[in-house]
Order: sequence, then structure tokens, then C-alpha cells
Amino acid sequence: MNTQLAESRVPGFANPVRDAQHVFRAVLEAFARPTTPQRVDVEIQTPEPLGMTAGAVILALCDEQTPVWLDHYLRESPEVGAWIAFHTGARIVDRAGDALFVIASSPSTAPRLADLLLGTDEEPHRSATLVIGASAASDVGATGMTRSPGIAALVATGPGIQGAVDWDGAGLPDGFVSQWQQNRALFPRGVDIVLAADSVVRGLPRTTALIVAGKSTGGNERSGNERTGSEHVGHTADTTEKRSA
Amino acid sequence: MSAPHIVYNEGYLDEQTKRVIRRALLKGVAIPGFQVPFASREVPMPRGWGTGGVQVTAAVIGASDTLKVIDQGADDTTNAVSIRAFFEKVAGARSTTRTDEATIIQTRHRIPETPLAEKQILVYQVPIPEPLRFLEPRETETRRLHALEEYGLMYVKLYEDIARYGHIAKTYDYPVLVNGRYVMAPSPIPSFDNPKMHQSPALQLFGAGREKRIYVIPPFTDVESLGFEDFPFEPQRFDQPCEICGSVGVYLDEVIIDDRGNAMFVCSDTDHCERTATASVRDETTEVSA
Repeated sequence: MNTQLAESRVPGFANPVRDAQHVFRAVLEAFARPTTPQRVDVEIQTPEPLGMTAGAVILALCDEQTPVWLDHYLRESPEVGAWIAFHTGARIVDRAGDALFVIASSPSTAPRLADLLLGTDEEPHRSATLVIGASAASDVGATGMTRSPGIAALVATGPGIQGAVDWDGAGLPDGFVSQWQQNRALFPRGVDIVLAADSVVRGLPRTTALIVAGKSTGGNERSGNERTGSEHVGHTADTTEKRSA
Repeated sequence: MSAPHIVYNEGYLDEQTKRVIRRALLKGVAIPGFQVPFASREVPMPRGWGTGGVQVTAAVIGASDTLKVIDQGADDTTNAVSIRAFFEKVAGARSTTRTDEATIIQTRHRIPETPLAEKQILVYQVPIPEPLRFLEPRETETRRLHALEEYGLMYVKLYEDIARYGHIAKTYDYPVLVNGRYVMAPSPIPSFDNPKMHQSPALQLFGAGREKRIYVIPPFTDVESLGFEDFPFEPQRFDQPCEICGSVGVYLDEVIIDDRGNAMFVCSDTDHCERTATASVRDETTEVSA
């Protein structure tokens, strides 16, 4: 442990109090207004391959009370674990199901949501927060315009969203929507997600409903919930009309 | 002036405590209306004077924030003035009495009359966060009732009110259902303010220091005051206007003005009252000069 600490020479926040406050407010706003990008203007160095924004979120929120899980790319670099341990005191755990903060360096390495801590009915807050390093999600105004390949444009509804909002879903793992619908069905239990892009975070709390917009997509989306899906689509069409009117 | 003997961390609380509160707030946003336990700390005021609100504000506030603090709608009461001064000192935040200029509003028992906007955060001071507490004293049991979404007790209580008084007699801390799932205590705000919580564009944070609970209503969330089909929720109404500024449709305080018990009814929201009164005076002056 001591040698690990000695090896970590990458600094953390330049101004620990203000930077942590700034990053927390961005994440709070991100959860309060799901899918809307929130700027994180904190300059820190992070050991490769940990992204700067994901690193900032870890520094702001993790400490010795929050077991952290790292995906295999992050684990391969001894610097990352040492950096997190040194700056936050958080324990790095082997099983993703033991962690309160689950860090994936890219969408493809994110573990299945069902394998993470989901909380209990009496204590739904004791569930994992999944932080995904997703540079694809950085495009600040991207809502429904640019469609990344493989992921259809999504429509998000739920607390924090006025009516419904279009979202390109950039930065989500493949086949995510069906996983997310299962996660949402567990409410109040469930996982919450922070998409950490370049200088931007987007939040996806467990309350947000995501459905694939339109029927042209198909493919990677195996919806076991077609009835709700079509209802929502109808609802979306209404709000879109209102917006354009 | 001599330098202070003790130098506190910015925002008063230590960083560890802030992280605990911040994590509780984030889970609170994700589970609207659910009471998240947190390690409540000592702050330089007695429990019951808004320690929960102060801790939430301390965890949220930054140097770029503008803070407004109200106590029963008033900016000029001792507690409100002290809390404002406290955060000016420990967080370097600016403060204001104007609702529209504030980014964070800490409140005891009122929601401002001026409609809140996006980017604003309303922090409530909560004495008793558990809406079922007086119906079921055991914490283990209330937790289970929330888990099972078993709110029959609350409806029986409201029904008994109707059976006894002919109407639901609760006029403050009126229970609400948040996002169709959790029954929540809105802190002792008058039921007059309950409709303002529904689909509010502002983020609403609730802190109960003594009871060590934090809960949240995200923006644009359904907040339904409980009721029955034949006895729906009815917020309080005031027939007369404010006797200072003439506003109607606002919450009024009864102020005793002499030894004979004569009273006048004035706005409880001092900022709203002051601005409406000045605006009407200005209108009159322009009319005269025109």
C-alpha cells in the first residue's frame, strides 16, 4: 500500500474545496436535469486511461466509505488505482457488485447493470453509481441531431425533464435500452449513471425513462415492453408538435 | 480587527462531511421523495433552528452563488439574517433578499411568491421528515411502510379528519405524493404553498438535521397533495388583499397592531410585498407626472 502511494505522483484538484464543489454541482444538475449536458470546468491530470471528467467525479464524491470498482483497462494501469487510493482513500474492490462507484473507462467496458449493487426496497439509496467515460457524449448541444452508429435516437421522460426530450444517446453501451428498462422496472431500487465526457457530464438517474424514437430503428433494441413503448412514442409525437407550434 | 483564532473550511463543513451530504443529495435526486439518511453534524446553531438546511446549503453553495434566506417568508428575521451572514462569512457567497436574483434560497416553512426558475435551488429546513411519524412511531416500521408503498394509515388519518370536522383539517405540512411513489412531508409549509411544488422548474432539497434525513424533489416532478375523489385537497385561500401592497392570491400573516387585538393582514413574503409596494408607488408617481 505504501509503495503504491509513493508511486502516485499525479496531483488531484488544484483547489480541493472549490473544485469539488464545482464538480458536485455539475453532477447534481446533471441528475436533476437528466440527459442535459453540464459543464465541468476543472483542469486536472489523471493517469491514463482514466478520463479527466471521470477522474474529477471520483475526486469529488469518493472517499474511504465508497468502495470503487475499475474495469480491466483501468486495473491494468497501476497508476489509476494508486491515484484514486491516494487522493480519496477509497478501497478498490474486485467484484463490481460490491462497489458503490463503478468506473468504466469506455461504454464497451461497462458491466451489466443487473450485476451491480441495486439497493434494497427499504434502502434503495445503497445502490451503485456507474460512471462511464464516454467522450462520444461530449457534444454539448447534441440532442437528437447526430446519431452515432448502432444507437438510435432516444426520447427521455421522467422527473427533471419537462415533457419529453430527444437525445442521441451517445456514450451509452450497446444494447443499453433494454437493460435500462429492466433497471427502471426495479424502482425504487436501481443503478444511476453518470456519463463523463470531455468537460461535460450527463446524468441518467434511475427515474428516467428511455425509449427508442420512431420505429425505423429496430436492430439492437429488443424491447420486451412494446405496449409502454408505443404509448410513449405517441406522447412524444404530441410534445414535438407542441414544441414546433 | 484581529484575525480569527479558528479558521474554518470554506463552507464551514469539512470536506468529508460535504461528500457524505453530496452523495445523499445525489441519491435523493434519483429517488424523489425518499428520505436518505446522512451523518448530521454539529453546526453553530441549536438543533431545530435549521441545522439540516444549513448543512445542505453548506454542501451545495459555492463562491459564485447568491443566497437568500427566509424565515416564514421574511428576510429580516433574526434566524434568516444570521444564516445569511454565516454563509457570507464562511462560503464567500453573496446574499440577496430578492427571490429572482438568488441561486440558492434556504427557507423555513414558506415557498416564495415569486415563481422560481430553472437553475434555482430551494433548500427547506425540515423538523420532522417522516410523514407517518405521528401515525407510527417506530422508524423500522415506517421504513417498511415506505418500502411496501403502504400508505393506508395516512389515508385513514385524512378520512378521520373528514369524519370529525367535515373537511381535511391539516393546514400545514400537508402530505404529498412525489412522482406517484413516495408519500413525503413537505416540511411545515402552509398547504397554500403545496401547489407550487408540483412541476416546479427549481430543484427542491430538504434537510432535517436533528432527524438526519435528506430528501429531494427534482425539477419538473409530479407532486400531488393527498386527498379523496369526493374530498380533494384544497389549499388555503385568502379573500382579502395584503393591506400594505394590495397583492391578492398571496399568503397573508395576521399582525396584531394594538392592545385591543385589532389585526391587519399583510404578505408573509417580505420581498414580494416590498417590491409590489414600490412598483405601485412608482406607477402612481408616473401617472401624476404624466
